[in-house]
Amino acid sequence: MEHNIDNKPVMIEMNQVNKWYDDYHALDNINLKVRKGERMVICGPSGSGKSTLIRTINRLEEHQYGQIIVEGVEMTPDVKKIHEIRKEVGMVFQQFNLFPHLTVLNNITLSPVWERNIPKKEAEQTALALLERVGILEQANKYPGQLSGGQQQRVAIARALAMKPKIMLFDEPTSALDPEMIKEVLDVMRELAMNGMTMMVVTHEMVFAREVADTMVFMDAGRIVEKSTPKEFFSNPKEERTRQFLNQILNN
Amino acid sequence: MKTTVQPYRGDRPPIFKTGALNWMKNNLFSPWYNAVLTVVTGALLYILVTPLWRWGVTNACFGTTPDVCKDNHGACWAFIQDMWPVFMVGTYPSDQRWRVALAAGLVAVLIIATLFRALRKQRVLHLCWVLSPIVIFILVRGGEVFHLSHVPSTQWGGLMLTVFLSLVSMIFAFPLSVLLALGRQSDMPVIRSVSVAYIELVRGVPLISILFMASVVLPLFFPPEMEFSKIMRAVVGITLFFAAYLAENIRGGLQGLSQGQYEAADALGLGYWKKTGFIILPQALRIVLPPMVNNFIGILKDTSLVGIIGLIDLLQVAFAATSNPKWLGKIEEAYLFVALFYWIMCYSLSKFSRILEERYQL
Repeated sequence: MEHNIDNKPVMIEMNQVNKWYDDYHALDNINLKVRKGERMVICGPSGSGKSTLIRTINRLEEHQYGQIIVEGVEMTPDVKKIHEIRKEVGMVFQQFNLFPHLTVLNNITLSPVWERNIPKKEAEQTALALLERVGILEQANKYPGQLSGGQQQRVAIARALAMKPKIMLFDEPTSALDPEMIKEVLDVMRELAMNGMTMMVVTHEMVFAREVADTMVFMDAGRIVEKSTPKEFFSNPKEERTRQFLNQILNN
Repeated sequence: MKTTVQPYRGDRPPIFKTGALNWMKNNLFSPWYNAVLTVVTGALLYILVTPLWRWGVTNACFGTTPDVCKDNHGACWAFIQDMWPVFMVGTYPSDQRWRVALAAGLVAVLIIATLFRALRKQRVLHLCWVLSPIVIFILVRGGEVFHLSHVPSTQWGGLMLTVFLSLVSMIFAFPLSVLLALGRQSDMPVIRSVSVAYIELVRGVPLISILFMASVVLPLFFPPEMEFSKIMRAVVGITLFFAAYLAENIRGGLQGLSQGQYEAADALGLGYWKKTGFIILPQALRIVLPPMVNNFIGILKDTSLVGIIGLIDLLQVAFAATSNPKWLGKIEEAYLFVALFYWIMCYSLSKFSRILEERYQL
């Protein structure tokens, strides 16, 4: 998918972002720019800080040094700002994290109704449209526990989209899924990418990455080791560490 | 040796031979030690139950006056029959007892109505439930409303008082405990330390001493012209005490939720109170429903300690009734009767919680 984003406005900017867990340096001087409509895939060995990185963007993790600017708003400890940024940034988790005590429909409408003050009827119509878009309209009145993993993850995507976010973060969205369900989730993500959503995706799905990404980011030990286009990244990686990682992951 | 097993052709699982005899053989006598246990338990039961039966039923006497119980070795149920209004309402004026009966009747009607699935969802019924405490309070207390004479709370007693103390304490302790549990988990250091201090302080003190404190210390905090009835002091004491206990249970539920639930709510931009009200509490409270009901049962039974500050609750009525010269020394009957009532109430609570648990399974 060739797709030019160089002239688009910057949506997310990270300047010298650092984070520690006690003495452990989880993020080490991260500098990144994500432009409108850009699809960035972040990969790297486990413990390399890729999940931590995207979780600092909606402050599920707090950074201790540096600057994160989302849509021109700098992330500070101010609760109101955090709140504003979170409403614009959707997130999909590895473990889905649907609310088990609410129906699929209520999972999706809860935040639009209570945080965006959208009338219940209208929110439900939007939710049903989203469910149709992710291909599980018929599950609207079930509870999350009655759905398969792939279906749950698609509900989670619909739930995030219902807030009409400008940016979507995906934290290993297919890692907890049985192999036969991975495709249905990736298909939804592909469709989102086609429609111009700004996306940051942490994933090991290299086929998906090669096909969809504008930018590949490889992380190791809390640092960004390499950042390039997928073409370069897969055919001609510059760093030795990247080559090792690609060898391991692609030869499986 | 190999035997050929035919493929199973039915569409239901095979039915095994059953029947009472078979069941007994399998469950009561199957290995020899089970048989021994069955026989020993049966014998013990027989030894324990027969004298009780003889005392309570065979040799018992019924009636309304003390004379029927003369020269009798069995239980004297005439005592209960004569005194049972006192057990129910204590020293509440006898010509006004109909008001308590009416209140009890109202609650009974509400409960029966709630049992009907069709009525359960009616707004009117919910409204009736919400208004019922006020109606009952007016009905029982009286005053100038509806030409009902005023019955001061010093005359409330018996089962009525026990139920009143437990219900009111439960209703107030529950929200307080939710706030304490949330406070204990709060990011704000002041709120957290106040909650922790309160919980740890109150949990470390016996209820009796708190009741004393409530009855002696509480009036010191308020201007002297403000009168606090003994009942109100007891309610405050019990509420404050059990809120600390309940809070710890609810904290267990809050911690039992996966971190992902908090994160998902945060990521959706839900504010603290919306996150807590829609996502966290509904799940946490379901998790802790059984220990919470356990706590409520505790409240119900521990209201019997209010005798210490001079209230005549169900248990104290037993003391009072057996000191009546007419019925001196009918202690066994009195306590058995009181115990039966406590048991009925606690068992109903536990049954009710089982229904809730099944209904709200996650």
